[in-house]
Amino acid sequence: MMAQVVVVTSGKGGVGKTTSTAALGAALAQGGESVVVVDFDVGLRNLDLVMGAERRVVFDLINVVQGDAKLPQALIRDKRLENLALLPASQTRDKEALTPEGVERVIGELREKFDWIICDSPAGIERGATMAMHHADAAVVVTNAEVSSVRDSDRIIGLLDSKTAKAENGQKMPKHLLLTRYDAARAMRGEMLKTEDVLEILSIPLLGIIPESQEVLRASNLGSPVTLSNPASAPARAYAEAAKRLKGEQIQISIPAARRISFIGKLFGRGAVA
Amino acid sequence: MLFRRRDSAPVARERLQVLLAHERAMVGGTDLVSVLQEEILAVIGKHVKLDRDKVQIKLDRGDPVSTLEIDVEVPSLLRAAAFGGG
Repeated sequence: MMAQVVVVTSGKGGVGKTTSTAALGAALAQGGESVVVVDFDVGLRNLDLVMGAERRVVFDLINVVQGDAKLPQALIRDKRLENLALLPASQTRDKEALTPEGVERVIGELREKFDWIICDSPAGIERGATMAMHHADAAVVVTNAEVSSVRDSDRIIGLLDSKTAKAENGQKMPKHLLLTRYDAARAMRGEMLKTEDVLEILSIPLLGIIPESQEVLRASNLGSPVTLSNPASAPARAYAEAAKRLKGEQIQISIPAARRISFIGKLFGRGAVA
Repeated sequence: MLFRRRDSAPVARERLQVLLAHERAMVGGTDLVSVLQEEILAVIGKHVKLDRDKVQIKLDRGDPVSTLEIDVEVPSLLRAAAFGGG
């Protein structure tokens, strides 16, 4: 199989890029694919923390870009899944250290080692974000059903269609919308933009809807992608389905339903799984 | 189940404490583990030709101890010793 480079991007911060990178990467690996998740947030790395590998970082993306370390020395193998690896960002350097030639070489080397290269983009539309998307074969645009997030996603879609290697070669960049932090109860009350409105405004196909859930917070507390920390939970199942769609499988999208949590449900801890 | 599920915040607190202690030390430029790593490799490099591709470094930043594992492939050591002895 040809390696697939996927950028997870959004423009806006705090919408769930890092969580989604970890969860999609782990879900693909759980499905047997060989996967590397790459942190492009130079200076403010966090993917290592969400993956639970923060204690084991020796070298990083900048070290490899600049030739101070070889790629295998910087890759951190996941302790739970042997076919999942992390390439961390640098915590001490700045984004200027990411040279286009260096990034191209590293992505090329990663393509030879992995089926999937999932790039976690920093927020914003500057160098870090454009570097993360430049060599992508496809993009996952992470969006919340909220006006500023949708606006920033629209901006990022514009960049994906103009500033990437694919765009420069006159090719179309496949883009997928991942709607995260979806609150079914608020959507039902009309307090959030409707999914169909977001889809109509951004007009890119939907990859999945990830419900807002305390399981996501719990997963990052534990340093584990949510698809590993609680595979049966609603967000984990939504990510697992999104990962299958990314592979091209046709699965109907399930819209999270507002669930009334009864007193009995709470008593038995069922609310925690919702 | 109900009680087990509550325990993620203390895990987060402990992970952050360990991580931030190491990161604050690093900003001050005194990350002991990095210094050790560089100096150990320099010492080995004085005696044998180091191929950086054949060096694997594993690190676990912990509390109270960190572990640093440096795996150096030195193919010519035995021959060098034999020559030295003869």
